[in-house]
Amino acid sequence: MIPEIGHFLIILALWVSVAQTLICFGGAVRSSPRLIAFPRYSSYVIFLLTLAGFCCLATSFLADDFSVLNVASNSNSQLPWPYKLAASWGSHEGSLLLWVLMLSGWMSAVSLFSKQMPDEMRSLILGVMSAIAIGFYLFMLLTSNPFDRLLPPAADGRDLNPLLQDPGMVIHPPMLYMGYVGFSVVFAFAIGALISGKLDSTWARWSRPWTTAAWCFLTVGIALGSWWAYYELGWGGWWFWDPVENASFMPWLCGTALIHSLSVTEKRGSFKIWTVLLSIITFSLSLLGTFLVRSGVLTSVHAFATDPERGVFILGFLIVVIGASLLLFAWRAPKVGLGGNFNFISRESALLANNVLLVVAAASVLLGTLYPLFLDAMGLGKISVGPPYFDAIFFPLMAPAMFLMGIGPVLRWKNAKTLELATKLKWAFAISLVSAIIVPMVMGSWSVFVSIGLLLGFWIVVSGLVNLLEQIRRLRMGSERTIFQVINSLPRSYYGMLVAHVGVAVFIFGVTLVKGYEEERDVKLAVGESVDLSGYRFSLASLDDLIGPNYSGVKGTVFVHGDDGKLVSTLYPEKRFYHVQRMPMTEAAIDTGLFRDLYVSLGEALEDGSWVVRVYLKPFVDWIWGGAFLMALGGLLAISDKKYRSKRRSAPNQVAISS
Amino acid sequence: MRKYLLPLAIFVLVAIFLWRGLFLNPREVPSPLIGKSIPEFSLPKLEKENSVVTSKTFDGKVWVLNVFASWCTPCLDEHPMLMELASQNRVIVVGLNYKDGFQSAADWLGKHGNPYSAVAVDIDGLVGMDFGVYGVPETFLIDKSGVIRYKKIGPLSSIDIQDELLPLVESLQ
Amino acid sequence: MIKKFFLFTAYSFFLSLSFLSTAEQSSELSADFQEKVKSISAELRCLVCQNQTIADSNASLAVDLRNQVSRMLRQGKSEQEIKQYMVERYGDFVLYDPPVKERTWALWFGPFLLLALAIAFLVSNQLKRRAEPDSALNSADREDLRALLRGDKDQL
Repeated sequence: MIPEIGHFLIILALWVSVAQTLICFGGAVRSSPRLIAFPRYSSYVIFLLTLAGFCCLATSFLADDFSVLNVASNSNSQLPWPYKLAASWGSHEGSLLLWVLMLSGWMSAVSLFSKQMPDEMRSLILGVMSAIAIGFYLFMLLTSNPFDRLLPPAADGRDLNPLLQDPGMVIHPPMLYMGYVGFSVVFAFAIGALISGKLDSTWARWSRPWTTAAWCFLTVGIALGSWWAYYELGWGGWWFWDPVENASFMPWLCGTALIHSLSVTEKRGSFKIWTVLLSIITFSLSLLGTFLVRSGVLTSVHAFATDPERGVFILGFLIVVIGASLLLFAWRAPKVGLGGNFNFISRESALLANNVLLVVAAASVLLGTLYPLFLDAMGLGKISVGPPYFDAIFFPLMAPAMFLMGIGPVLRWKNAKTLELATKLKWAFAISLVSAIIVPMVMGSWSVFVSIGLLLGFWIVVSGLVNLLEQIRRLRMGSERTIFQVINSLPRSYYGMLVAHVGVAVFIFGVTLVKGYEEERDVKLAVGESVDLSGYRFSLASLDDLIGPNYSGVKGTVFVHGDDGKLVSTLYPEKRFYHVQRMPMTEAAIDTGLFRDLYVSLGEALEDGSWVVRVYLKPFVDWIWGGAFLMALGGLLAISDKKYRSKRRSAPNQVAISS
Repeated sequence: MRKYLLPLAIFVLVAIFLWRGLFLNPREVPSPLIGKSIPEFSLPKLEKENSVVTSKTFDGKVWVLNVFASWCTPCLDEHPMLMELASQNRVIVVGLNYKDGFQSAADWLGKHGNPYSAVAVDIDGLVGMDFGVYGVPETFLIDKSGVIRYKKIGPLSSIDIQDELLPLVESLQ
Repeated sequence: MIKKFFLFTAYSFFLSLSFLSTAEQSSELSADFQEKVKSISAELRCLVCQNQTIADSNASLAVDLRNQVSRMLRQGKSEQEIKQYMVERYGDFVLYDPPVKERTWALWFGPFLLLALAIAFLVSNQLKRRAEPDSALNSADREDLRALLRGDKDQL
């Protein structure tokens, strides 16, 4: 019964979404006050219905109901219960249900937190979001129903892919989806602005926290995915420029450009048309990602099982949503108006340059990802585009952007003097240069790549510090306040920016140092033998049998000793064999340190009882994800700034002056 | 203003390609060997000890080289088609036994029937590598002067044989 | 009993993987050599996998190709020759670093062309707008005024 109830609830959610969309657009046209209030409440209803539907699916999984096709295909009675829960979104059908759950969630949040917004605007926004929801509900109900029955029921399930049976993989999809779906909010804001013809700094002020929140989730989601690949796949890699990874990275790049662009539109009223376009592009890339992962158009380890019928539906949906929004843009953009002027050397310019570089980078990733498809579709043969291409294109594009990160915050709005700029930053540059030369010498070897990376990292940190000191000095001048009071008085969004930028620097340090100095050995080891790597000795002490809930295998015990003979760590790499899917999995053992990871994984067993063992030294690798989490923390700080929590309600004719 | 239509125009272009992409198979790799001479090889013959099958053995004739193995399930699916093709006597069918064993191959052919005029045994798969074999089964059509004219990746269906292979054989005879 | 059975199955499976293992590799202990094999393998695509390099994959074909790379290196062949060998048999598809040919010009030059176009567009836009005199209070100046009126530190 429960699956049928879940199915019914989703159908209801679809109908309420249809009603909401019609009423929102109808209400906006007819300006009827009663109709306008409706969407606020229907949003909550849609969310609750979807949540209940999701719970029905989750219950089926937790109860081992193998008469539900989705449960039989993705779960197993021996599967630990947290993974049974995760399996509810591990399949294509289940992940769609997660999508609509998040979409209805964001929609309700917008409904809840938009008390200061004029009703017409809110109505348009909720209408756009429910329109998108209709597409997803229809897609799910018509082609990918998670509640389909399997009769007669299976005796047991086919188990969740062992690769997904891991805590990292459990949180990664929900975080990613919160990000993807979150960008629908700023998209809806943009469509609302185009339809109503009203776009001013107030609009940007509303959009910013929503966009930053979505961006934070996406940052965390991508970081988790990368970290998971590192510790789970067994060979220490953390980014492959795989089409599905790129599908998440492109909206992130555009989202980053968008949060910067919104800040200009809010504070200066400039870049309006560009910001609207970028809002549409960012969410379009989220939708494109949905298509790429499910249509079978590109080959990827991450792709869901594919079906041309589904591909056609999603593409149709994409064409309708993106096509309509870009058409609306082409028609209404001029109504939105242009913003103020600014000099070539000004903060606006720096942020514009930042936007250009980020968007060109995103376009390049898109080009590289789709290029094999382009050639194949034109009958020009098949090629592969992999990491060598993306690395070669991406880093040269990003390097100037990172250089600008030091300059931008220091520049004044509208008009800044070059001389003034150079004076402020010359010390920052000098310190960065010196550090970039010293560190490689300490690490043992020098290379151009490492030095440039370090230079950029130090540059961002030191210029950020210079900026902070300058702000403090400026505010203390002529006032009686203590340093502590001055620091406290600076807005949280400012600290958010600093923390996020430092996060980028930390990330750069991590990538540069790990790529520059990582070491690895692949050797055959019998029990009792050891291998040396960069001052550490890894000794295989024993190999023991391993029995898990739905797997068995071998567990090794490896002692790691330092130069001085002292025990640094004991590691337990495992090789598991999952019975149901008959799949081997490597569980690497990692000693995580602030400045380096020691990484051991088991390869294959050899006839004489020894094993092929891989040991790695990865300096500063955790700074990669540490940097990403700092970025998200910065975003969080920015959102929590009190200017977004203002309770003042703006009456229509005061919109231009207040808030 | 015209310039605002640019994003839409770009999107339409991309959408057209995505649409085309839905009907393509990104995992199928076309062979660069079509139109080139067959790679040289000399392999032991399954049926006769101390005898070899070489790249020149069938010079002057139009022949089909079918890559198969006893451990390969789709090979079993295409096997009846090969038997049918061999019985028609319009083209010589030669087998390349890929990464298998003499005994297992012989047993398999004994059990399911042998359509091959000769079977070359490629134990380590190196000759297969020269042919660009990446999955089993694969089938090549070679003309009288030893040039590869056609490659089929995956099991042969009767449509492949009727509509593509046989017409080509005719034109090459 | 069942446990023992599972363990046995698991171990046999791992052992069977050893036949896929690079038997060639274990005899070549030089770290530099391994490094070279790995770096070349990392640029070659495993044709039977779902987007993996032959360095990362344990598929039978991937192992064969890795061994071939190893063999060719020991024969003294250069990286270029090894890649050439692979392309002759499998086409450009096997290279993760797309070669620069006519059909990939758009791929390799596209990004920088796009950057140049974007900059050109923006510069011309800015120059056009500078040519028009700034009328009354535009929205940017209005923002300045608002900020001043509310004593906003937001302009940081």
